[in-house]
Amino acid sequence: MRYLPLTPDDRTEMLATIGAGSVDALFRDVPAQVLNPAFEGLPPHASEMAVERHMKALARKNLSAGDVPFFLGAGAYRHHVPASVDHLIQRGEFLTAYTPYQPEIAQGTLQVLFEFQTQVARLFGTDIANASMYDGSTACWEAIAMAGRITRRDGVVIGPIHPHYLSTARTMAKFTKDEIRELSPALIADAGDDAVIGMIDDKTSCVVVQYPDILGRIPDLAKIADAAHAKGALLVTVVTEPVALGLLESPGALGADIVVGEGQSLGVGLNFGGPYLGLFGAREKYTRQMPGRLCGETVDADGKRGFVLTLSTREQHIRREKATSNICTNSGLCALAFSIHMTLLGGEGLDRLARINHARAVYAAEKLAAIQGVELVNQRGFFNEFTLKLVGHDAREVAHRLAQRQILSGVALGRLYPDATDLAEGLVVCVTETCTDEGIATLVAALAEELA
Amino acid sequence: MNAPNKSGWKPEMGEGGTTLTQTSSGDAGLALEEPLIFELNGTGKCGVDFDAEPGDVSPALAKFARKAPVDLPGLTEPETVRHYTRLSRQNYAIDLGPFPLGSCTMKHNPRLNEAMARLPGFADIHPLQPMDTVQGAFEVIEQLAEWLCKLTGMEAVAMSPKAGAHGELCGILAIRAALEARGDAREVILVPESAHGTNPATAAFAGYRVENIPATKDGRVDLAALTARLGPDVAGVMITNPNTCGLFEREMKAISDALHAAGGLVYCDGANFNAIVGKVRPGDLGVDAMHINLHKTFSTPHGGGGPGSGPVVLSALLAPFAPIPFVRRDEKGRLRMVEERGVKDNLPQTFGRMTAFHGQMGMFTRALTYILSHGVDGLRQVAEDAVLNANYVLRSLEGDMDAPFGKAGPCMHEALFSDDDLPEGFSTLDIAKGLIDEGFHPMTVYFPLVVHGAMLIEPTETESKQGLDRFIAAMKSLAQRAKAEDESLKSAPHFAPRRRLDETRAARKPVLTYKGEGVPPGTPSLSEIGGS
Repeated sequence: MRYLPLTPDDRTEMLATIGAGSVDALFRDVPAQVLNPAFEGLPPHASEMAVERHMKALARKNLSAGDVPFFLGAGAYRHHVPASVDHLIQRGEFLTAYTPYQPEIAQGTLQVLFEFQTQVARLFGTDIANASMYDGSTACWEAIAMAGRITRRDGVVIGPIHPHYLSTARTMAKFTKDEIRELSPALIADAGDDAVIGMIDDKTSCVVVQYPDILGRIPDLAKIADAAHAKGALLVTVVTEPVALGLLESPGALGADIVVGEGQSLGVGLNFGGPYLGLFGAREKYTRQMPGRLCGETVDADGKRGFVLTLSTREQHIRREKATSNICTNSGLCALAFSIHMTLLGGEGLDRLARINHARAVYAAEKLAAIQGVELVNQRGFFNEFTLKLVGHDAREVAHRLAQRQILSGVALGRLYPDATDLAEGLVVCVTETCTDEGIATLVAALAEELA
Repeated sequence: MNAPNKSGWKPEMGEGGTTLTQTSSGDAGLALEEPLIFELNGTGKCGVDFDAEPGDVSPALAKFARKAPVDLPGLTEPETVRHYTRLSRQNYAIDLGPFPLGSCTMKHNPRLNEAMARLPGFADIHPLQPMDTVQGAFEVIEQLAEWLCKLTGMEAVAMSPKAGAHGELCGILAIRAALEARGDAREVILVPESAHGTNPATAAFAGYRVENIPATKDGRVDLAALTARLGPDVAGVMITNPNTCGLFEREMKAISDALHAAGGLVYCDGANFNAIVGKVRPGDLGVDAMHINLHKTFSTPHGGGGPGSGPVVLSALLAPFAPIPFVRRDEKGRLRMVEERGVKDNLPQTFGRMTAFHGQMGMFTRALTYILSHGVDGLRQVAEDAVLNANYVLRSLEGDMDAPFGKAGPCMHEALFSDDDLPEGFSTLDIAKGLIDEGFHPMTVYFPLVVHGAMLIEPTETESKQGLDRFIAAMKSLAQRAKAEDESLKSAPHFAPRRRLDETRAARKPVLTYKGEGVPPGTPSLSEIGGS
């Protein structure tokens, strides 16, 4: 009860002020037969030490990425996060602040959001960005919904994106009546640009392309953008690994109209899938169709620069059923973490980090592809993530056996596509700056043994 | 920024130079101004040292490589720490004082929760690791799910929704899937006019038409109007209980029975579950689906806007339609994640996936830590103290301010006031901004819409009596100043990092990114400088 500051005397005094005989008199609108039910099997309060013991015992049952050679990506990436990031986001004035609806006393959060929007827009090559969404997958379907509002069409063409993003979009499409056509991935070097282009028609609202895609292949965005625009469709680009944009040309510069992404790579950490951070950028002319929060610059009554949440006439608390989205809570604290990490890197640090990731991945891919029975799918280049074809093996079983040897080797496509037998040999391997030479050597030796 | 001598000081002023209205830095003692990162000298700097030298771009990638690094400033570690620390000091936060925000519960955030969420066994695991290597994480989900089901008296819980509004979507989609599964496509969701804006937005996003249900004079859903509207086209109702007027919906069971009799289902917005946790199980009132904002009831930090987490408890009827993924024990007692609607998993009725991965794991560890700390006895005390505190505020202030439902009896977690007692020309906003000068975050204002000039105050259970007395004294003083027509109240706040901000200007010509042309902080206006 260490979090409850009222003493028994306080409670007595307060009830006297209220004029109530007991606390339950305050619950008198609750029907008596449902008040104060018995809860079987739930324990009473516990000390800080006891709770800590319990939680630590649960944590110990998990194999932490940092304790083993680790090569998983596929939408969640392990990067080194400088200690100052976590320190700063734990400052109570950030951690325990509310949504900045009262701008006079929320300038800290608001300025961070304005800086974050600028960083994301420059990274994506878009004119503007919002103040964050829940994660990459929900940002992706919000982008599809936004494209529908802009084009007033309901056809959606989707390239080989992360299958969780696809099934999230499919869930929503059942209710919004969008018609989705998607290109399934195949264990070949071609990212399927021409196949995607061939699916675009006059009813297409948007084309959704992941950059790099789920197998680590890099689509030719400029070519797809031209084809989409020629049919009056928008190009939505999905970026699950923003560090890639330290090295690759930005989607906006290549013609993307809306760019969404998962920002977890910078500052946030793996966290077993959440909380993560949805990034969302777009062309300026679509500002009023954007979902989510926007922070804008203005001045106060003294003429000093300040920031406020703005254009709220798009939002649910004003527009109710006519809002651009039902999103209310965003990922403010994760946006702060992203922004701090990005500030520490700067453009040049991001460039260095991206090149290190790329060089280490190329090094590992060469070693792995040299193993008997392993083929590298990504013959046309990749950033820090590539797909191995383990010829004649179920990659999910191989990954499982390697995990028993304390090596987390990659994401087997069979985990993501349980019913696609043609992908069962695929293992998506991600190599970041956190992967050591020893770790790579351990993976190479163990994989060779497993496949022998 | 480089505008020296903004103070207007001149050598000839000598000793009598007391015209100092502004310092040259813009700072005033510990009231600090901070430029944007783009205005600090971040060219060619980096606050990260790397182990390895950057390598060349491989030939295969070269055609996709960008020509120059992203145009972003970098700062060294000390500059970065200072920038964000200085910014943090321009924020109000629950660590500094109460957020008396009705319907947006803000309570103390225990630091044990933070420490537990950061254990590498939780924070440094990948969502797609082989399932045998994350059994402890699955146990966290399983244990939290068990608590949530038992506390609400419901059959199942969908853990993946990312926030309250995402949870609403989950609940409405489950309702839709269940109705469609019985071949009963309905078109309308009823939403009381006092509902959160997310409710109608959610229903519309899920493809429903939204119709409002009026409130009665005592601030509750009009049961007669509701039942009169029921029919074969009504899929369900979205109802908040305790509601946004701070009142318990006495007729909740009757509402549920009426919906069910008419073939519809009941969604409960659980935003205010903190007021009844351990006291009332929504399942006993006939609710079919309800989201729980973990950050509200179970104290995960709000972080300046998020992350949230919105698990949705479901009745036995809706459980088969729950979204993937979810955790289940197999016949060997191992926990596994059911995450695809594949041939093997055979889940013909799930409405599908609504986000990548398994939800807000970092919030689950925090919430479970909080729940175990309180235990079932402590959680009941949470609700009792939250309700006691709210009623104490209501009764202490109703002589000074109009409490539209004060006569209706006790309130639940929040006390509602209106601007009816304020003189002409003084508004709810003036009271709110006046609170800032008193060192408090303003209450929720102009919501719910059913009350004119609404002021919705929710103290929560983590405020002490002494703290409440200070807040009550501040509110009384503001009410008295308004009644005495103190004009200075209209330009409050006077003692905040910023005075009232020009929101019209921000919306009329939006400036959403830095373009190198902003007004530096602390720059006086033309009138202040004496220019025309």
